[in-house]
Amino acid sequence: MDTNGNKYTFIYASAMVILVAAILAITALKLKPAQQKNIDIEKKQNILASVGIASTFTDAETIYAERIVQSYIVNFSGEQIEGQAFDIDLKSERAKPEADRRLPVYECKTEEGTKYILPVYGAGLWGPIWGYVSVNDDMNTLYGANFAHAGETPGLGAEINTKAFQEPFKGKKIFDENGTLVSITIAKAGENAPAEHKVDGISGGTITSKGLQAMLLNDFTSYKAFFNKKKQ
Amino acid sequence: MSEGLFSKKNIGLLADPIGSNNPITVQVLGICSALAVTAQLKPAFVMALSVTVVVAFGNVIISLLRNTIPNRIRIIVQLVVIAALVIIVDQFLKAFVYDVSKQLSVFVGLIITNCILMGRLEAFALGNKPWPSFLDGIGNGAGYGLILIIIAFFRELLGSGTLWGYRIIPESWYIANGGFYSNNGMMILPPMALITVGVIIWVQRSRNPKLQEK
Repeated sequence: MDTNGNKYTFIYASAMVILVAAILAITALKLKPAQQKNIDIEKKQNILASVGIASTFTDAETIYAERIVQSYIVNFSGEQIEGQAFDIDLKSERAKPEADRRLPVYECKTEEGTKYILPVYGAGLWGPIWGYVSVNDDMNTLYGANFAHAGETPGLGAEINTKAFQEPFKGKKIFDENGTLVSITIAKAGENAPAEHKVDGISGGTITSKGLQAMLLNDFTSYKAFFNKKKQ
Repeated sequence: MSEGLFSKKNIGLLADPIGSNNPITVQVLGICSALAVTAQLKPAFVMALSVTVVVAFGNVIISLLRNTIPNRIRIIVQLVVIAALVIIVDQFLKAFVYDVSKQLSVFVGLIITNCILMGRLEAFALGNKPWPSFLDGIGNGAGYGLILIIIAFFRELLGSGTLWGYRIIPESWYIANGGFYSNNGMMILPPMALITVGVIIWVQRSRNPKLQEK
């Protein structure tokens, strides 16, 4: 048979591509559950990190089950609604109009009382950034924060996932004395903002810093009714 | 003519790439990934294993198909085989060693561009039977892996004071704890990997006169 003819080449290429596509699809489907489990464990580690609890890949699930006493979904008016908080896909929620968004809340038991953990999701410079922010039961003071990113510049924007950037969030306030929502300013050098609402930004990572600031403001606004309800 | 599975020639296929025909130190292929993933032993080991699996099975598949592949699209066929194997390896890593998979990130995908793979498929598997091709693949993967592990050993030990994540240099030696020792930060950066490769090549050449150019 002529293995160099046009017809043979075309048939060969088509058959090969279809076969390879089928093999890859089957592999991906078969391994999906194991991969999803890993992603879930990592998510649990990140949730725990936002309240300053360090966990390893192996003990994250046990610690999570112990510490996260409750998780639920609230709507824009702060009322609890049906559903599993852990399964919410933040990206698709952000695409909805504000009033229809489902907002997950995790309640964590710590030595310093109950902390409320809220997931946040926004845009950095090159792609999405996300994280978890924990709030004290006064519904105003931040207890901790953990951020992650898909592809921010290493050494610049990517610094948002370092301890040095996240630590200063502790003790910052979301509302001012009059109860107005101010959120947190991620400040450049010399930028003016009240100290309790200000965290230092990253030199050379201004767009990521400002994206993170917008993300926090946006998400705290969504949770505002929930905060007010809990305060009463 | 039939020959044993482990005839002298076949053993040579396995052993040569580990020593006197090493893909990294003699053929100088696959350098980029050798610099990128060798800051610690564990990712280096997983990377070495992944490349070995891909090159061994890629060789076998191409060798089985060698008489049917249309000559004009043979490079594309090789690339499809490599790419498919790499994606399968990547999926397995994500499922079973998630933390290492995160550390290796894009470098697993970049195995596709590793010159060793295309080199072996084009130069060996296209003209040889499956069993010798398999041995050639294992040999080249092992030769690549050996160098990766040697580099990673020195980089992790001198750069972080650990091996496979376990502390080797005692905490009390460090200046921060009142000791006299501090890690060499340079070792963690890619340039020191290049210098380490250079030292390995130097040692190998001075011990094996056949490799020296006249």
